[in-house]
Amino acid sequence: MDKDFAARRRRDLIIAAVLAAIAALTPLFVKDVVVQNILILTLMYAGLSQSWNILSGYCGQISLGHALYFGLGAYTTELLFTKFGVLPWFGMLAGGVVSALIAMGLGYPFFRLRGHYFVIATIVIAEIGLLLFHNWEWAGAAMGITIPIRGDSWLKFQFLRTKLPYFYFALALCCLAWFVTWWLENSKWGFWWRAVKDNPDAAESLGVDVFNSKMGAAAVSAFLVAVGGSFYAQFVSYIDPESVMGFQFSLLMALPAVLGGIGTLWGPVLGAAILIPLTELTRFKLGGSGRGVDLIVYGTLIVLISLALPRGLLSLFSRPKKTGAAR
Amino acid sequence: MTAQAIIQSLASGLLMGLLYGLIAVGLALIFGLMDVTNFAHGEFLMIAMYLSFFLFAFFAIDPLLSAPLVAAALFVFGAVIYLLIVRFAMRAKANAGMVQIFTTFGLAIVMRGLAQFFFTPDYRSIPQSWLGGKTISIAGIFLPEPQLVGALVSIAAFAGLYVFIHRTDFGRAIEATREDPGAVALVGIDKNRVFAFGWGLGAALVGLAGAIMASFFYIYPDVGASFALIAYVTVALGGFGSVFGAFAGGIIVGLVEATTALVLPPSLKSVGIYAVYLLVVFIRPRGLFGSI
Repeated sequence: MDKDFAARRRRDLIIAAVLAAIAALTPLFVKDVVVQNILILTLMYAGLSQSWNILSGYCGQISLGHALYFGLGAYTTELLFTKFGVLPWFGMLAGGVVSALIAMGLGYPFFRLRGHYFVIATIVIAEIGLLLFHNWEWAGAAMGITIPIRGDSWLKFQFLRTKLPYFYFALALCCLAWFVTWWLENSKWGFWWRAVKDNPDAAESLGVDVFNSKMGAAAVSAFLVAVGGSFYAQFVSYIDPESVMGFQFSLLMALPAVLGGIGTLWGPVLGAAILIPLTELTRFKLGGSGRGVDLIVYGTLIVLISLALPRGLLSLFSRPKKTGAAR
Repeated sequence: MTAQAIIQSLASGLLMGLLYGLIAVGLALIFGLMDVTNFAHGEFLMIAMYLSFFLFAFFAIDPLLSAPLVAAALFVFGAVIYLLIVRFAMRAKANAGMVQIFTTFGLAIVMRGLAQFFFTPDYRSIPQSWLGGKTISIAGIFLPEPQLVGALVSIAAFAGLYVFIHRTDFGRAIEATREDPGAVALVGIDKNRVFAFGWGLGAALVGLAGAIMASFFYIYPDVGASFALIAYVTVALGGFGSVFGAFAGGIIVGLVEATTALVLPPSLKSVGIYAVYLLVVFIRPRGLFGSI
């Protein structure tokens, strides 16, 4: 471990702590509900994208089906809550575990596929999940589930009068996902993942357990995304298949990382901080998504960034000598 | 369930399957040529359907008549998209796979947004086209005419494509480029021209499919998305890059869809397709006829 790397990691941790502290104080100054809403979504997508980045960025297995885990988290939590009265906090954990198990179960066949075959398989599996939930009567089918409102309570994690608790939870989720990434970056797994991403065959020949590396990345990634899904369900207090498992979630998890810098520690946060307010504001200013301007704006952004800065916006900040490895 | 009903639905499944093959073949062609998956393929289909619609709405040209026009327009569109965007995406040094995927995905999002902006999200359809709503009865089996014509066009297009690739100089250049892009440069073939032509040809084929579908399917900005997924499945099933694979994959998808609709509720008919696709790629990760 060279000194530079250790110093950089320490610096990253300090920057993260400062940013988190600043973020935690913003609600003192920002009272506008619309803005608070945007901040919550930004933090949530930053966390989701950070989690997506573990499997797709670090390990290089680009998934466009993470909406499945998001939806599973939401559904597990709300089914347990509405049908069995299990508190959302336990539902959240259960959703994470269910998603991680399903991710590993799918990993067995999926991780044999490479490149475009893998991407398409992930899109298809999320689509199957969507169709099944659409037709699953017990889970509300197309009607979805309305979460019964029983008043403000930390125990049931629902709040009507204020959005602040949601804000702090989203912040905590974002920090957790960031910290897990930070921690894994310097673990055996982190090194294995980057080796698998760069050249799976070479990694295998050097003794990296390629298959289990991918499985580990998938499980961690799916767990965190499912917790995000549980949070979102409580936040919007109504879920149906499209609104928690639709393809747009897969895309919205991937895009911040792509924009900021895929496979980097700070890329997803940076990307979400730009993309989500931009999307929400265009939608808000132009009244509904009916006119498609929000799509045009961020579609163009994605094309331009992919072409001009394939390492993402973050590469603008890195000094030339560090461009050797995409971190 | 009578034998009659089963034959009836298999026959419509076959027709639809041939059309799926035509939708998918452009994707397979482009992938085979340069290892790029066009994630805006569905939006190409959408543009073709709108084009067909407007030619009907403003000039009263029947979709069947305007199909060659639409295909020609899409040819130009595909070649331009390659020259303006995809060409640069292929030069990426870092994160090459990701760049290709997200450039075309971004393009898809922009196209969908533009369609919403200019054409509104309303559903449109072409009333009273020559074929729309008509059926023909052969030996007691009813076949919808638009799908029947679509299937015939698809077979003709595949036959034409086969002849083109194997019998013409440009076709041979395409075949040679897909086998060894480095070597063709040595014999003086401009790789970029071949790629641009390949994108044009791929877009023209999906344009042909879109023109035919315009006479029996609703036209709206997101129409591409659902067909695109079927196209990816078709291509992955047949094997990426294999033109014959797209043809066979399309037929399989059409038949599986029809069979699923017989045993499961209609809303679940796509589950059958996806399940068969997953089964095939797990057994043969490169599809039925995939090589490389």
